[in-house]
Amino acid sequence: MKIQICGPGCANCTKAEKIVSEAVAEVGADAQIEKVTDFQEMARLGVLSTPAVVIDGKIKCVGRVPSKDQVKSWLQG
Amino acid sequence: MENLQKNVCAPSPESSCCDDRHRPEKKEGPQVYSRMLLALIGVGLWYAVYRQLAPFSSFLTYELFGLEQGSHLGGAIQFFLYDTPKVMMLLTLVVYGVGIIRTFFTPDRTRKILAGKRESVGNVLAAFLGIVTPFCSCSAVPLFIGFVTAGVPLGVTLSFLIAAPMVNEIALVLLYGLLGWKVAALYLGTGLLVAIVAGWTIGRFGMENHIEEWVRKMRASADEVSQDELSWDNRFAQGWQAVKDIVGKVWIYVIAGIAVGAGIHGYVPDDFMASIMGKEAWWSVPAAVLIGIPLYSNAAGIVPVIHALLEKGAALGTVLAFMMSVIALSLPEMVILRKVLMPKLIAVFIAVVGSGILLVGYLFNFII
Repeated sequence: MKIQICGPGCANCTKAEKIVSEAVAEVGADAQIEKVTDFQEMARLGVLSTPAVVIDGKIKCVGRVPSKDQVKSWLQG
Repeated sequence: MENLQKNVCAPSPESSCCDDRHRPEKKEGPQVYSRMLLALIGVGLWYAVYRQLAPFSSFLTYELFGLEQGSHLGGAIQFFLYDTPKVMMLLTLVVYGVGIIRTFFTPDRTRKILAGKRESVGNVLAAFLGIVTPFCSCSAVPLFIGFVTAGVPLGVTLSFLIAAPMVNEIALVLLYGLLGWKVAALYLGTGLLVAIVAGWTIGRFGMENHIEEWVRKMRASADEVSQDELSWDNRFAQGWQAVKDIVGKVWIYVIAGIAVGAGIHGYVPDDFMASIMGKEAWWSVPAAVLIGIPLYSNAAGIVPVIHALLEKGAALGTVLAFMMSVIALSLPEMVILRKVLMPKLIAVFIAVVGSGILLVGYLFNFII
């Protein structure tokens, strides 16, 4: 599973990254986390607003920091 | 509980608006109604407490602390004890409400609404949507790319990007709380107007070829609406999250600003600012706009400052121009936008928005 976190690096993006990596650790999911800071790459993924979480090419949330429970459900679902 | 799933909405020929037809029926549990009831009771309680703030602050100042009515110190302390809880309560309620409303307007839904619109109508819609669509300033570039590549006209996109930071709920609440509803309404009206007219004007210039080439080569579809399906429970939770995030961040500015305002209230001579920022100083409006560009602050930081300026005799138009320039034209944002816009377009953007703000400033100095 490949998780991409899109954001130029503002406070919310950092928070999103932290929540996702904690969720991955708690669930014990086999996932690679990658940070996307390049706008061109974000546009290619179809991300309109940051922070955004993309799992295996599917946009899971845009423009807000997800809660840890939400991230866990994406990891398990 | 977990209703978050992304379904790509099938493109349909007549789907020119934010239709909900493809959305699966949502099953709401019975707790939704108890939540709504709770919200109503909450607002009722809020109002009851809000009504008591003025008498309570007088009681504290004059009865409990035993300060003399009409004294400098008494006036300043009562001002502080009344305004701080008042503004914080207004802020909490409005941020909560707007937080819930925003769960209905994601950027991709906004894009879908705007993609099919003609320019003039589009500019107006874009400015209004800029108020309710959640937007963080570091999203300006991805949003710009996403809008333009999906066929939203350049001028319409810029109307959105001007309105989103400039006209926001925090600015309005603070203006209402500290300066009254008339100033708040003037700011809302003229802020929207500047966003609409500036975006429309830039659209007339036909500067699409001043967008960076790699952006122009990309194509996106406005029909890809991620359906972040939310239950009412989620929406309330997000409203609450907005309160924690925003009020948690700005309370310190609000209190500092009111404290400064309370101090100035009694101790600085009333027309201290009149000679520099008053109506007679015609050059003060352009000066306010120019000084505002490199300054970067959010609404929470700037409103208490303009409150103090106004109290001491600065003219309303000059002060509004200053506030708009600080919030809407910021150097850091221009630097970020440079990644997608060529210098000439950025220069035009600054010039057009700056002129709009300038006109607003002169207009109010002239009529009020």
